[in-house]
Amino acid sequence: MLIEASDLNMIFEGGIQALKGIELSIQRGEFVSFVGSSGCGKSTLLRILAGLQHGYSGELTLAGMAPLDARQARHNVSFVFQEANLLPWRDVLGNVKLPLELRQDPRMDSEVSDLLDLVGLREFANAFPRQLSGGMKMRASLARALVTRPELLLMDEPFGALDELTRQRLNEELLELWERDEWTCLFVTHNVFEAVFMSQRVFVMKPRPGSIAAEIEIPLDYPRLPELRASPEFARLAGEVSAALREHSE
Amino acid sequence: MKKTRLIEFLAPVFLLCVVILLWHLVTVAFSIQPFLLPGPGAVLDSAQANLRTLVSATLMTAAGALGGFLVSFLLGSVIAFLFSQSRIIQYSFYPYAIFLQTVPIVAIAPLIVIWCGTGFQSVIMVAMIISLFPIITNGTAGLTNVSQQQADLFSLYNASRWQILWKLRLPNSVPNFVTGAKISSGLSVIGAIIGEFFVGYGTKNFGLGYLITMTSGQLKTPYLFATIICSTLLGVFIFLLINLIASRILKRWQE
Repeated sequence: MLIEASDLNMIFEGGIQALKGIELSIQRGEFVSFVGSSGCGKSTLLRILAGLQHGYSGELTLAGMAPLDARQARHNVSFVFQEANLLPWRDVLGNVKLPLELRQDPRMDSEVSDLLDLVGLREFANAFPRQLSGGMKMRASLARALVTRPELLLMDEPFGALDELTRQRLNEELLELWERDEWTCLFVTHNVFEAVFMSQRVFVMKPRPGSIAAEIEIPLDYPRLPELRASPEFARLAGEVSAALREHSE
Repeated sequence: MKKTRLIEFLAPVFLLCVVILLWHLVTVAFSIQPFLLPGPGAVLDSAQANLRTLVSATLMTAAGALGGFLVSFLLGSVIAFLFSQSRIIQYSFYPYAIFLQTVPIVAIAPLIVIWCGTGFQSVIMVAMIISLFPIITNGTAGLTNVSQQQADLFSLYNASRWQILWKLRLPNSVPNFVTGAKISSGLSVIGAIIGEFFVGYGTKNFGLGYLITMTSGQLKTPYLFATIICSTLLGVFIFLLINLIASRILKRWQE
């Protein structure tokens, strides 16, 4: 197991309970999604796993260690943020290389440009974030997360601000990248269709306090192609997730 | 040039011409004494007659203002950096930094002349004091206000304190330092002129401030007008200069 949590609770200063009784076990190489309305603690859960949020209680291990220890032991965890979160004063190449710079990792530039190729940004290596569209910014952000060759990729509503077509394309591209390498992906979204399209399992979360209300298996084969979105099976699964979501919203 | 840009340029020029014309007509129609309100012609004559003095005084004041501005930028940056590194330092010194903003500069300028002597150094000192505060506040804000997401990104890769400072806080603060520099460059001109009121210099090397006190004292009002126009043009020039540099630097930062 890569991630194991039992009775994980998080209470913020001021007494707001963000997470209650979370039970999780996620294997290496899995693609799982968390869906839920805002305020159900999805982002908090990711931040705890990344070792960015402290003060939780209960059992939680990442590769057998507490998240903060895992981070300090340089276990490769990457995080894709809600907005692309690029540094505006660095060009695409500079942004993508940042994690390597911070870790003083002498990885070859050629490797970085291969990665830019993979996300379709080769020609934009020297462009600044303000010159990029929303989708391209997100691709750069994804490349930055992948540059350290993570074993775990945490994605916090990365495509929430994109238009539908761009979102669908990025869903497909993300799946291709995931199938190509072997990282584990925890994907937070409020979009049921994107969760079902990409994941092997979908966790439905409910708010106040944030907890897992349902777990739904998505037994569809990979590679998942765009046509899948029109299939009856896809519609049935999306319906099932939506129904669970509706049942557990207030 | 596009049509709207042409209008944007021509409209204020046209207005200026109208104002100058009205000014001329008023002085002629009411036959106002030149020492009260000289007409534009008289001001122009006086400017031509004293051109060399005006130019040298303007350059002198420009040197004082830019010198004061540069010192305040350097000193302000160092103070902002110290404030950003330690809460204790910031909390201890900040209330007194506000003094710089609230103390009437006209009141302490004579004191500075007593301490630093009647020379160029006092002019720089006055210009520096009046323009220091915006650099400190804006710089400190830029160095400390980093978005949560960007801070998270750096934590995620276990960035050192030094790396966070060098690769995140400093570049993040550049737009704030630029804003501070814009405000204080304007103030530094005011500071230099006030400094010159009290310093005066020797008889040969003086700035616009000294020229203003001298011409007003002798009721050479057309000359005073020409001096005021030079002061204004100097302010505009320094403002445009800093804005030009700022927009070059900020090119990368603007989203």
